[in-house]
Amino acid sequence: MPFIPHTPEDVSAMLDAIGVGGIDNLFDEIPAGLLNGSLPNVPEALNEMQVARLMTERAEADGRYLSFLGAGAYEHHIPAAVWQLATRGEFYTSYTPYQAEASQGTLQLVYEWQSMMASLTGMDVSNASLYDGATAFAEAVLMAVRANRNEAHRVLVPSSLHPHYRATLKTIVGQHGIAVVEIPFDTESGRIDRDALEAAAAEPFAALAIAQPNFFGVLEEPDALTDWAHGKNALVIGVSNPMALALVKPAGEWGSAGADLACGDAQPFGIPLSGGGPYLGYLCCKQALVRQMPGRIVGATTDLDGRPGYTLTLQAREQHIRRAKATSNICTNQGLMVTASAIHLSLLGLKGLESAAAASHAGCRKLLEKLIAIPGVEPVFASPFFHEAVIRLPVPVAGVLEKLLQQKMLGGLDIVPYYPELGHALLVCVTETKTSDNLDQFSDALANAIKESPC
Amino acid sequence: MSDIPGQLRYTKNHEWVRLEVDGSATVGITDHAQELLGDIVFIELPETGKHVAGGTEVAVVESVKAAADVYAPLSGVVTEVNQAAADAPESVNETPYDAWLFRMSPDNAADFGALADAVAYRQMLGD
Repeated sequence: MPFIPHTPEDVSAMLDAIGVGGIDNLFDEIPAGLLNGSLPNVPEALNEMQVARLMTERAEADGRYLSFLGAGAYEHHIPAAVWQLATRGEFYTSYTPYQAEASQGTLQLVYEWQSMMASLTGMDVSNASLYDGATAFAEAVLMAVRANRNEAHRVLVPSSLHPHYRATLKTIVGQHGIAVVEIPFDTESGRIDRDALEAAAAEPFAALAIAQPNFFGVLEEPDALTDWAHGKNALVIGVSNPMALALVKPAGEWGSAGADLACGDAQPFGIPLSGGGPYLGYLCCKQALVRQMPGRIVGATTDLDGRPGYTLTLQAREQHIRRAKATSNICTNQGLMVTASAIHLSLLGLKGLESAAAASHAGCRKLLEKLIAIPGVEPVFASPFFHEAVIRLPVPVAGVLEKLLQQKMLGGLDIVPYYPELGHALLVCVTETKTSDNLDQFSDALANAIKESPC
Repeated sequence: MSDIPGQLRYTKNHEWVRLEVDGSATVGITDHAQELLGDIVFIELPETGKHVAGGTEVAVVESVKAAADVYAPLSGVVTEVNQAAADAPESVNETPYDAWLFRMSPDNAADFGALADAVAYRQMLGD
């Protein structure tokens, strides 16, 4: 079916009816200076066969690698049923249908996903997802600043939180006049530097972000940090890979009162790496903050006959009602990703999730043992970790990764551009998808690549 | 036609204000405001002890179809909030002139006199 079903005759009949010469005249109101004009970089249309060929070529260009690269996007096993179900006609749409009278199935699915995320994070409420982990984090900061009655427009963010999340945060909250104060990490432990944190708290701040695990894979000590921040009348935002929450204490249970907000990227739940997206952000909070929550929230209710039903709720927060004073300009969610993620979580269950997380952690420990046995390789931080760790090589990282790439291996992330102070530092990740043989292959290849590298 | 008690003062944003014997001012939203909003489901009250300038947003009243800001009718310090109204938001629909939202201590008592009286407010509504 053509995207626009009107024939040229339909169009001219409609234009005649309203007495307008052409479609362009409908836009006369827009000043000429604001019009974009032609779009020279948009290519000509392709037919289905041409698109299929182009996409196949691009997919092949990606190649197939044995990957030890994590850093915010994680390769987990996705049961075949996940996308088999998610792409059924009843679910598969680029648009999330919100009309309660027509969309009970979709609404119930989103509600179930919210319930699972709230329970995983130990929070009371989850929204229906945001674009990705980084935007969810920025929205969490905006929420905290709005909600915190100490009125400080200042947030404390550890530099051990994902560099991309920090960059996105600065882009978004910079426009709101919110200062992002970066807290350095302790170079021994890889955890938030408590002295630096104390110094930054000399002035009031609205919120402290705690990444658990942090970008280095290191587990922080969030109980003490949460109580400390609450003692300073600040809110606490937990930023987590939700897969880790199957094993470690979730944000909602940190310290004596629990963190106030939890956010991150739910990509590890059923979403393939796909060259970086689309993924889905999650954002959960305590009941007291629900009216500051951006985006969609699906609620459960009963209809006139007393039957259970699902519908969007608390919409007075949103743009179409609150206009300029809405909690956010985000008025949508990642519908299809939520569908896959909800199915993935349902299929795994808490036990399945725990075993995937535990196998990832065990694999990472095992790999680390092998890697630090290589002459010149050492662990950078002496702290517990989840399924990622930073190691230091005796030679520059970039050249080593290049050699591994030639052997069809993604050896991890060279974090030198982000943290030059750490020396030749490499961030490696292991998930349950890697066998013992894979770990041997990788450590052998890494040892050889180091041997062949000029110091 | 809206209920507009004669002894109160009013703002163009549909707040009512009552001057108490101790010089404090009690503030709520008018019958007209609650009628326009429809069923009220949530009220966010201001923080006490804070100085606010007249005309600034201090509270939010949210109904099933809209969310409206409530403005400070006078400059002064918010001294008290009516938690009972926040706990039972429907009371603002039922008895808008009993279900007050907050009390303030005005900087300048004479500002009260400058607010619209019932007759002027009725004219504003075009009733």
